[in-house]
Amino acid sequence: MWWAEILVIGIKLAMLLAILLTTVPVMVWVERRGSALIQDRLGPNRVGPFGLLQPVVDAVKLITKENLVPDNVNRFLFVLAPAMALTVALSTAIAVPFGNDSGLELFGQPIRGFIVAPDLNIGILYIFAIASLGVYATVLAGWSSNNKYSLYGGIRASAQTISYELAMTISVVGVLMAAGSLHLHQVVESQAGTWLGVLPRWNVCTQLVGAITFMVAVFAETNRLPFDLPEAEAELVSGYLTEYSSMKYAAFFMGEYVHMTVAAMLMTVLFFGGWTLPWIDLSFVGWLGAVASILIFGAKVAFFLWFFVWVRWTLPRFRFDQLMALGWKVMVPLSVLNFLWVGTAIAMGIL
Amino acid sequence: MVTYVFLVAAAVAVLFSVFAIALRSPVLNVLSLVVVFFAMAAIFALLGMDFLAAIQIIVYSGAILVLFLFVIMLLNIRSVERLGSGRALQAGLGALTAIGLGIAIVAAVSTLSPAPGADLPGSAAGGTVVLIGRALLGSHLFAFEFITLVLVAAIVSAVYLARRESR
Repeated sequence: MWWAEILVIGIKLAMLLAILLTTVPVMVWVERRGSALIQDRLGPNRVGPFGLLQPVVDAVKLITKENLVPDNVNRFLFVLAPAMALTVALSTAIAVPFGNDSGLELFGQPIRGFIVAPDLNIGILYIFAIASLGVYATVLAGWSSNNKYSLYGGIRASAQTISYELAMTISVVGVLMAAGSLHLHQVVESQAGTWLGVLPRWNVCTQLVGAITFMVAVFAETNRLPFDLPEAEAELVSGYLTEYSSMKYAAFFMGEYVHMTVAAMLMTVLFFGGWTLPWIDLSFVGWLGAVASILIFGAKVAFFLWFFVWVRWTLPRFRFDQLMALGWKVMVPLSVLNFLWVGTAIAMGIL
Repeated sequence: MVTYVFLVAAAVAVLFSVFAIALRSPVLNVLSLVVVFFAMAAIFALLGMDFLAAIQIIVYSGAILVLFLFVIMLLNIRSVERLGSGRALQAGLGALTAIGLGIAIVAAVSTLSPAPGADLPGSAAGGTVVLIGRALLGSHLFAFEFITLVLVAAIVSAVYLARRESR
């Protein structure tokens, strides 16, 4: 039944793409209105009710803008970079489970927690492997633009990404140890129930330090404020994005938002129990259960997406040396501490 | 199906290995190498070595080659000079060594390869993560710990060298 397999993968892929790509305009709207809310302004409210159609207008503007390629750029790499940014961001999402299915089948094919990727046992490693390629997009964009501000942006991006990747990976090791698996579906299932009788067994309760380091590292990895040094407009014009316009700029922009969405999904899966709810034992039977689990998961992801916006418009930007010092002298030791705590807790039998 | 995927991955790996050496722009050389590592990761995944495939990309494409690119960008090398002008003896010896090494590898692999239809280790239930983990922290524990010691020594000496320079 090879056609059923391809069909089911195609349906799951279409679902995922629809979710990710509709998140982008919605998040643009949330970002603009949210920043206005935080800064006591009105924000865009002219186009459609509550300015809801503003993203559509933005998209039309970006598409119809002149597709400018400056003279002295490396043409091939200049075009490759935004394509890579979007591709990498979208490809990470296919290993994330976004719902529970209690063994449902579609055309005789198991749904497997709505994970698009084939059943490899390395879920989280695959995501880190692909996400680690995101740095190429920024570095190449910076270098190929042949512009010193772009180059600074690219170099900052690579230094920042490499530094925070370490803390991010080590803080996830604790989660994987607690779950005893690299399978994200099993990571979620390991977080059902309660811990020490009262607290939900979510990893944010059992390993709070790991959750905090992961969150901070994710902000750095997605180049969001307070860690958006690669495109710090006060210092670098717009960093590696300086020479980009029209759809090539839009590709970077969409890549950033998709990256954010995947980060929020990972946050939910790894530390906030995925589709499980605290103190309530839901079994998610049948299609209704599957839809319910997707809605719970979506609500948590939506919260973290709002959290990204909230932090961005609340905190000021770091200085670059502060950023590097924080990454190496605070984040890495803290994540190792979390790793030691999880090991001890497992050895003592309280986790 | 597996054979076709393997053939494509192998062809891509060979082609881009050539690009990695032959292209004049160092940035393109590094990017070709990224493609080579991806093709190799695909071959690992075909063999059921999912863990190795992911590690291949994380370590080589995600970390080491980014550092290469970093250095190229910092030194702003726009193109490499063509190597090997003159020196016929050197070129001949190099070619001879390459051919000899190639024959040796093919000979070694053809005697070592498992019989057709033999189970690959990766096809065991649970994937290769458990197997590799048990091997590293079980039968190969001493070697594993020794490597970490060597790596720590390397890091300490690197920090030491960097400090002296900044004084």
